[in-house]
Amino acid sequence: MFDFSVVTTWINNLLIGCMPGWAAVLVECIIIALCVLGAYTVLALFYILYERKLCAWFQCRLGPMRVGYWGLLQVFADMFKILIKELIPLKGTDKFLFKLAPYVIITSSVTMLACLPWGRGMQIINYNIGIFFILAVSSVGILGILLAGWASNNKYTLIGAMRSGAQMVSYELSLGLAIITMVVFAGTMNIEEIVWAQDGGWFIFTGHIPAIIACIIYVIAATAETNRGPFDLPEAEHELTAGYHTEYSGIHFGFFYLAEYLNLFIVSGIASLMFLGGWMPFHVNGWDGFNAVMDYIPGIVWFVAKAFFFSFVIIWFKWTFPRVRIDQMLALEWKYLMPLALANLVLMAVCTTLGWHF
Amino acid sequence: MANIQEKISKICPSVTFEEGETLLVSVPEKDWRMLAVALKENADLNFDVLTALIGMDWKDSLGVIYYFTSTARNWEMLSVKVAVEDREKPMIHTVSDLWKVANFQEREVYDFYGIEFIGHPDMRRFFLRNDWVGYPLRKDYDANPDLNPIRMEDEENEDDSHTLVEMPDGSIKRVETKVFAPEDYVVNIGPQHPSTHGVMRFRAAIDGETVTKVDVVSGYIHRGIEKLSEGMTYPQTLHFTDRMDYMSAHMNRHCLCMCIEKALGLEVPKRAQVIRVMMDELMRISSHLLAFGCTSMDMGATTCFFYGFREREMVLDIFEKTCGARMSMNYNVIGGVIADLHPDFVKDVKALIEVMPKALKEYHKVFSGNVIAKNRMVGVGMLSKEDAINYDITGPSGRGSNWSCDTRKKHPYSAYPDVQFEEVLEEGCDSYARYMVRMREIEESVKILEQLVDNIPEGEIRAQVPKIVKLPAGRWYQQVEASRGAFGVYIESTGEKTPYRLHFQSPCFNLVGVMDLTCRGNMIADLIVIGAALDFVIPDIDR
Repeated sequence: MFDFSVVTTWINNLLIGCMPGWAAVLVECIIIALCVLGAYTVLALFYILYERKLCAWFQCRLGPMRVGYWGLLQVFADMFKILIKELIPLKGTDKFLFKLAPYVIITSSVTMLACLPWGRGMQIINYNIGIFFILAVSSVGILGILLAGWASNNKYTLIGAMRSGAQMVSYELSLGLAIITMVVFAGTMNIEEIVWAQDGGWFIFTGHIPAIIACIIYVIAATAETNRGPFDLPEAEHELTAGYHTEYSGIHFGFFYLAEYLNLFIVSGIASLMFLGGWMPFHVNGWDGFNAVMDYIPGIVWFVAKAFFFSFVIIWFKWTFPRVRIDQMLALEWKYLMPLALANLVLMAVCTTLGWHF
Repeated sequence: MANIQEKISKICPSVTFEEGETLLVSVPEKDWRMLAVALKENADLNFDVLTALIGMDWKDSLGVIYYFTSTARNWEMLSVKVAVEDREKPMIHTVSDLWKVANFQEREVYDFYGIEFIGHPDMRRFFLRNDWVGYPLRKDYDANPDLNPIRMEDEENEDDSHTLVEMPDGSIKRVETKVFAPEDYVVNIGPQHPSTHGVMRFRAAIDGETVTKVDVVSGYIHRGIEKLSEGMTYPQTLHFTDRMDYMSAHMNRHCLCMCIEKALGLEVPKRAQVIRVMMDELMRISSHLLAFGCTSMDMGATTCFFYGFREREMVLDIFEKTCGARMSMNYNVIGGVIADLHPDFVKDVKALIEVMPKALKEYHKVFSGNVIAKNRMVGVGMLSKEDAINYDITGPSGRGSNWSCDTRKKHPYSAYPDVQFEEVLEEGCDSYARYMVRMREIEESVKILEQLVDNIPEGEIRAQVPKIVKLPAGRWYQQVEASRGAFGVYIESTGEKTPYRLHFQSPCFNLVGVMDLTCRGNMIADLIVIGAALDFVIPDIDR
């Protein structure tokens, strides 16, 4: 398995060799920022097409077909359209907060993206509390939604924002508990170590029952956390027109739109990290030949493919289920998911302590 | 009939009777309230349904024609005429406390004829702005555009309403009221909103997420069809019917044609009758498929919408081949239908009969059985059978409240007596029951088509109709079962070639009347589901 840190170390040495230390760090920061933003854009574009095509197939349609071969250039057309659209200022809004909100959301989602492990050695910061950091940053996004809803001075956006607040605060609990369950199993919060712990088999196999329960809880909570159907109440189109971002236009709306798709990738990425081994290839203990073949597939492909798989499941939800109602959604969380997640945490702790796992 | 006459004249000796298609009871205004109470509450009369309430202008007097139905006595109908001679301040006692359906209907009459109803709780205009000058359906209405220019400003104080209270000494006192209290948090839904199914506007007072009151604001696409019809010959009025409830285009037109044929005494050829019934049932399938799609889409299950539309496309193709259009088919004409069936008709209908059961199974698998869909609809928007009758909620919505009200069974018409089908009833009284009635009615419609498709009789498609259609003087009322309930046409003729008064009693007008009742106490998300399950079509309200 190729270690990407060889490349990063080489660049680091090269830069330190030709400029002072602080300048080298600055240049590295810029390079990384450009890479993250590039990845962000490419992923967002890919995800828009991915969802549109999937949704079309679920609905017996073809999806975008006209722009470019098989509609591949449609997303670029959409992107340029949204970039050149006018930002409409509105009367009666809180101008500063109104403009701040999209940036808060996009910042939170870019920061989360930066923490994901893309491959061996392909990680920006390797914190010892990496997973905890991701959870903490993800909570910042909700602030942007609340700001957007409140600053727009519109009843629909306000209701959307209130719903969103209730929803995200609630589901963060199950999300966190599901992750903590896996942290108990892994014995670490360090992202790289979590991946390495899955060298002999992904957690969903080695952790068996409690891991599978945690995975199901995580996927449900993540769907709610990203405001996607059947939990898309904050922007319930048929009740609140577009929920908290009703009043936004142009690229400010685009930021909400991008953040929504990227959050989908990020929660899928975390799921792949916690349950399917992140960039770790599919290994079976003892099958050395098979493991060696699997290692030929680069880690980044593994990671992205797993993330796309989880995204597929979440998109599938959205295009199949009707939307739940706010009280039903909260009841699902507080009456079923959270107690289950707590019980599952205990089960996992027992399994881990007694060594009842593979 | 004679029996009824006796009873009524015993209760109210001042009435006069006029024989006609239905018995017409003329009652002076001062005795009307007493008679109304008796009609509703007297066990011998027991007219529990107010089928139609029609404002009239007889030039020397203004008034209202009421059509009552008694469900207990085999759906017997009775009409009552109340007239007042005062054109400046005409006032008639309300019946909106006896038959709740009269609430909106009296507002419509007030809007168009300026007749105020004493005791009506909310005497606002229904369709027009409150600053509109004049009453458009009066015969002496001044249509000068300078009087009512296109106003660029919002109407002032749309919360203002009033009610007329009768004092013990007989004098009438006007009391100003407000629709919403100042502390209500009112959310505006519509007129441009993705799930009001057209240009409909609701103002909902909400407490958190709970709806405390719904005010219906209608009239955004009102076209004045009834007024326009008064200036047109009978064949010219036909095309309006396709543009009211466009999902019941065939049924509506069928109804108007039957009403005119009844007045002319025309016998429609058997072939035309069968064709009309088949078209009606195809229309019903198409309408219920749209209702299925929209209900699921309003709940966020967008994919089901496409499934419903996939099958609906087959129906529309059948229409397109025979009628030349997919909407506004303009197929029925006085005396029959305009053109013979397309050669592919039988083949296409058979293909549809083949496909529908499988498609329904798929819908039930994807949506009807889904736990989220059930949670959203079961127990939401309760409408008891008593309320359904009182509000005259017919069609699938009424049958979802277990009220047997299918006009095809109660007043059989055309070829319906010859076909076997069941009247679908559900006991849930909630949105899910209404939804399920529609799904099961598709099966029944397929059954009817199955019986008829191989038995279309040969022969003429049109009866011989005089070149100039002139109805004899008189009044006729005809009902059919449209996709959303009993659709009625009232024609009053003075023997001219244009109708003196043409009134359409649309089912959706009544459906929207129960929005407040069914939504109260539910959540704002339920308002959308309830609206979708009632399935009103806006052009049918805004005639």
